[in-house]
Amino acid sequence: MAKSWEEINARIASGDAVVLTAEEFAGLAAEDGVKAAAKKVDVVTTGTFGPMCSSGVFLNFGHSDPPIKMQTITLNDVPASGGLAAVDTYLGVTEPSLVKGIEYGGAHVIEDLLRGRAVRLKSTGPGTDCYPRTEIDTWVRLEDLNQAYFFNPRNAYQNYAVAANTGDQLIYTYLGPLLPRLGNATFCSAGALSPLLNDPTYRTIGVGTRCFVAGAAGYVAWEGTQHNPNQNRDENGVPTAPSGTIAVMADLKKASPEFFSAATFTNYGVSSFVGIGIPIPVLDEDIAATLALTDADLTATVIDYGVARRSRPALGQVTYAQLRSGSIEIEGKTVPTGPISSLPTARKVAAEVKRWVAEERFTLAPPLEQLPQPGTQAFKPLEIRSEEAI
Amino acid sequence: MARRRLDLTFPPRQATKPITYHLVKDFDLTPNILRAQIQPGQEGRMLVEVVGPREAIDAGVAFLEKEGVDVHPAASDICLDEDECVTCGLCTAVCKPGALTLDSESKALVFDKDKCVYCEACVVACPRRAITLTF
Repeated sequence: MAKSWEEINARIASGDAVVLTAEEFAGLAAEDGVKAAAKKVDVVTTGTFGPMCSSGVFLNFGHSDPPIKMQTITLNDVPASGGLAAVDTYLGVTEPSLVKGIEYGGAHVIEDLLRGRAVRLKSTGPGTDCYPRTEIDTWVRLEDLNQAYFFNPRNAYQNYAVAANTGDQLIYTYLGPLLPRLGNATFCSAGALSPLLNDPTYRTIGVGTRCFVAGAAGYVAWEGTQHNPNQNRDENGVPTAPSGTIAVMADLKKASPEFFSAATFTNYGVSSFVGIGIPIPVLDEDIAATLALTDADLTATVIDYGVARRSRPALGQVTYAQLRSGSIEIEGKTVPTGPISSLPTARKVAAEVKRWVAEERFTLAPPLEQLPQPGTQAFKPLEIRSEEAI
Repeated sequence: MARRRLDLTFPPRQATKPITYHLVKDFDLTPNILRAQIQPGQEGRMLVEVVGPREAIDAGVAFLEKEGVDVHPAASDICLDEDECVTCGLCTAVCKPGALTLDSESKALVFDKDKCVYCEACVVACPRRAITLTF
């Protein structure tokens, strides 16, 4: 039993497609078997809503009179890039405010824009013959901008580390505060609902894949930064540690603050929760088998963040079902767990994508180009060396 | 027996007086200090839970007020702003008394204020700054 993309899209277009979320599909497969579920269901939807630091927006402000070539740019005192054309910029979510530090950053500016709030734009320029203005201080809203779109270089990490701390001090990390002597462990994945865990070898997710980005319909633009297809994999071919990633694009004007939220991690920095959802076509029983995997089948690696080095020691492996139970065993000790990625919102994302496909006839696009596959491309470190040594 | 959580503010000149000693010796109360910030010469704050007969607690509070201590009930001191909360669950990872938990099915955040000891771990952890403690 195999279905083609065209057959599935035809069923979506006619409103006849059977669409389930990954959680619902796993339930059906447990009852009727993977074979029957694969036959019955056309599309399975996924979703995740966690902090994703490599996110940001391209903005075009339009030209003032007289015009300015913007070289230094701040939005609500958060610096944005002056390294593009005169009134283009890129604002990254992790950029801290010059005034409020990490309590307000690029992510908060984007959330304010999404909520319809006016944002103060200040800029200076060199003053040129064609751009004579040297300063500007004005207010802009999302609706005033010509273009405003997400380009998130790394979202939807395929699996992530579980963070714990064997040290004697409380430490603050991008995975939250980690209590000393294995006082807690935090994790950050939607598990069985996570987009890339449902397509472990990137068969259906690639460049050009239509997806949900912060409430807007967008695209997978490229492999994400640090995409590493060569991570350890389990018997189902699913990575057991952080591996694949995607870069995504979508119109900020069509996004929703329900699915994009600014975040501050104390003593670490600014980030943003981003909702990402991807519909996956049930092409055959192979893909159905991975779509049917549950949190009990998916494994993550516990990493000791108490060791502040690039290679931190692994403390063991646990399943997402164990993580979600509220405690795990590490080195014989019962350690309480807490998530950083919202499962209730991930479920909302998957349900919304299901509604798009089933009711709004959101058709699927086969990859224009595949993401780098397992066995290709190494994940390289940064070496510290002199010009002479290279 | 009654149980009451009190938020005490000490004026700078009072900050070195052993008021918990007097609560025990003079009023037969059992004080449990949940949080304290007291430094000589500065305004001090103490969050204390007292257990004892209702009348004894009232008398103890009257004594504290007479001594110049500002006494407020502490129950309204911690606030979870549900509009700001994104139900990520990170606060549950640092909540040792188990006041913040996730529902086992829906994974929605459940806040049982009675278990809170006002340690502020969640206030610091919350990436949305949705939990505030107003001392």
